[in-house]
Amino acid sequence: MNLNYSAEDQAFRKQVRDFIDANLPKDIQERVLSGNRLEHTDISRWQGILHKQGWGGAGWPKKFGGTGWDATQQHIFDEETADAGCPMQLPFGLRMVAPVIMAFASPAQQERHLPGILSGETWWCQGYSEPGSGSDLASLKTKAERQGDHYIVNGQKTWTTLGQFADWIFCLVRTNSDVRQQEGISFLLIDMKTPGITVRPIIMMDHEHEVNEVWFDNVKVPVENLVGEENKGWTYAKYLLGHERTGIAGLGRSKRVLKQVRKVAAVAMSNGKPLMEDQRYRDRLAQVEIDLTALEITLLKVLDAEKQKKQIGPEASLLKIRGSEIQQTLTELAMQAAGPYAIPYIEEPRQQGQKWPSWLGNDAYVHASGSYFNMRKTTIYGGSNEIQKNIIAQLAMGL
Amino acid sequence: MDFSYTEEQSLLKDTLTRFVQKDYPFDARHKRINAGEFCHEPTWQALSEMGVMALNVPEAAGGLGASGIETQIVMEAVGQGLIVEPFLASAVLGTQALALASPAHPLLEQVAAGAVKLALAHTEPGQRYERIAQGTTAARQGDAHVLNGQKAVVLGGAVADYFVVSAVAEGKCALFLVDAKASGLTRHAYPTQDGANGADLILRNVSAERLGNAEDQQAILEAVLDKACAALCAEAVGAMGVLVKLTTEYLKTRKQFGVTLSNFQVLKHRAADMLVQYELAKSMALYAATAADETEARVRAQKISAARVQVSQASRFVSQQAVQTHGGIGVTDELNVSHYFKRLSIINHTLGDADWHLARYSSLM
Repeated sequence: MNLNYSAEDQAFRKQVRDFIDANLPKDIQERVLSGNRLEHTDISRWQGILHKQGWGGAGWPKKFGGTGWDATQQHIFDEETADAGCPMQLPFGLRMVAPVIMAFASPAQQERHLPGILSGETWWCQGYSEPGSGSDLASLKTKAERQGDHYIVNGQKTWTTLGQFADWIFCLVRTNSDVRQQEGISFLLIDMKTPGITVRPIIMMDHEHEVNEVWFDNVKVPVENLVGEENKGWTYAKYLLGHERTGIAGLGRSKRVLKQVRKVAAVAMSNGKPLMEDQRYRDRLAQVEIDLTALEITLLKVLDAEKQKKQIGPEASLLKIRGSEIQQTLTELAMQAAGPYAIPYIEEPRQQGQKWPSWLGNDAYVHASGSYFNMRKTTIYGGSNEIQKNIIAQLAMGL
Repeated sequence: MDFSYTEEQSLLKDTLTRFVQKDYPFDARHKRINAGEFCHEPTWQALSEMGVMALNVPEAAGGLGASGIETQIVMEAVGQGLIVEPFLASAVLGTQALALASPAHPLLEQVAAGAVKLALAHTEPGQRYERIAQGTTAARQGDAHVLNGQKAVVLGGAVADYFVVSAVAEGKCALFLVDAKASGLTRHAYPTQDGANGADLILRNVSAERLGNAEDQQAILEAVLDKACAALCAEAVGAMGVLVKLTTEYLKTRKQFGVTLSNFQVLKHRAADMLVQYELAKSMALYAATAADETEARVRAQKISAARVQVSQASRFVSQQAVQTHGGIGVTDELNVSHYFKRLSIINHTLGDADWHLARYSSLM
């Protein structure tokens, strides 16, 4: 037993770090580290830079243009990119639809779609949830009826993250209503420019436009956009959700946020001393650091097991539950550190050359409340934590 | 022992409940906030006509000289309706500070009528919840005083006509009245996370009126802040009550897996835990309301901090679980649930968070 990284792993880490130092644009890094709003082009720009290096698909096999890195290397890459303030890579293409396309789509579909995902030129979004189908995803009602060479799609998807920028959407649609719910679902790829698609913003409680409703009104989708077999979509969807949950643990990001919270607590004054010297607060930070360590070692253990047998079990659910709870705790601690400055709502300076007002003591405070509000979603999305517990109870424990 | 309201108190409660239900609809409030409106004057006037701005003004100065219970009644309604107009800032913090420091001040009559709004400018940059004035100083210039310093996150500060400002005068805490239009005063106004308003103030040689002639007004400041803390407990209870109700309704109507959510035991137990926390918070808000009039500072401080610890914990639990139980719709701006969540979160960082009050309670044990 040895829980340390090997010499090769450490050399790999250095290689990743050096690459980021040399190639991450400073303006993007500044936005990520300060918590300011990213431009959506920041995400495509960074993906393009990684792609040029051959690192666009960290989790992809070489066969499809990926790095072929093993699970530990992927983890090191995630950790280093998060720590340095790289923007997130868009998961909808890279981590969600791509694995499904690789595993179940035709060679023609693979050729058509995978290169754009890798280069960052094609923006994907996810069409899973519906207003009446959240945790009970299999009850979805968006219908696709076969008419000659096309499916005619009607219905509504919701919580479509960053769908306002998307070129394509991967959708779960109902192609058979006469069978058990799970057996009448198909997996369709739909061009967002197709007539009949309407995207409507949903504003979140932190005033951000992050998610959307997507409406389908007699949308004609060529049958060649069906992935795999008709009515087998549920199998592909489950495969995808398993992939989503390891990334959703957000370990790298949480480690970076913890560092930031520690920095803020070192300068936030309480009774004439830094908040970091307040025993109650310090203990809270210590606790979350311990929780994060337990999550990290568990993740490494899962990755190691994955290297051996390449199968994701209920561990993904465990990582999602604890990862999301820790993300939330960290934002609570940041808000606590802000103290009274958690109260003002200061609009981010958006014009070139504009700055945060000088009378604000510490810029780090201005996003504290918004982040706390925003992160409430983490225990809800990607299969709510209640659903994850059902999965653990059923799959791991036979209950 | 008697847990019931008097007839007048019941009447006040009914009037306010009716106002919240009929005259303060969520959608109109939401629109005004999105349009950047800090204070809806018709709402302020309607509340003033009910007499609530006069509650904390002494009878001799044209007010009602009411108890902490009346403030508790109003604040619970403020919480139920998510009223953003600055009742706490003006009618509790500002009015109590002015009235305790200078009980016969001529401005109090206008305050009682709702004709002017006050705000207490106390916290300073670099402070969190400290109750002493540190960086703002007052110097005598003839008959007047001149203030210099900076004040942070003044609740209701964007719309206040006058500020009661805490400052250090000859080494002691003293309270001053400053006209919001005074020269040398810079007001950086902003909306707050919960849809209300605040301001940071910079004071450069601002002429100010000394309030009262007590040598050290630290005790007054402490009393004012404690009364406001009791009021915050009541507001939190009002907001929590709505969340418990909304969540219960949602569990009974939202269907997943072919049945209403109320069929899932884990969600039923969560709802039960929310009710338990809410009930305990209601008790502690009453405990705080009666303690608000306690004259012995140490007893008052300990009781009110106890209430704030329990109410903060309950607020955190109830608000987080209400959002979680509502799922995706719970984190949207469109549904009122997130607005109650935000207000409860902000209350928990106003005039002391749970840790601060726990530390204060411990130190007084």
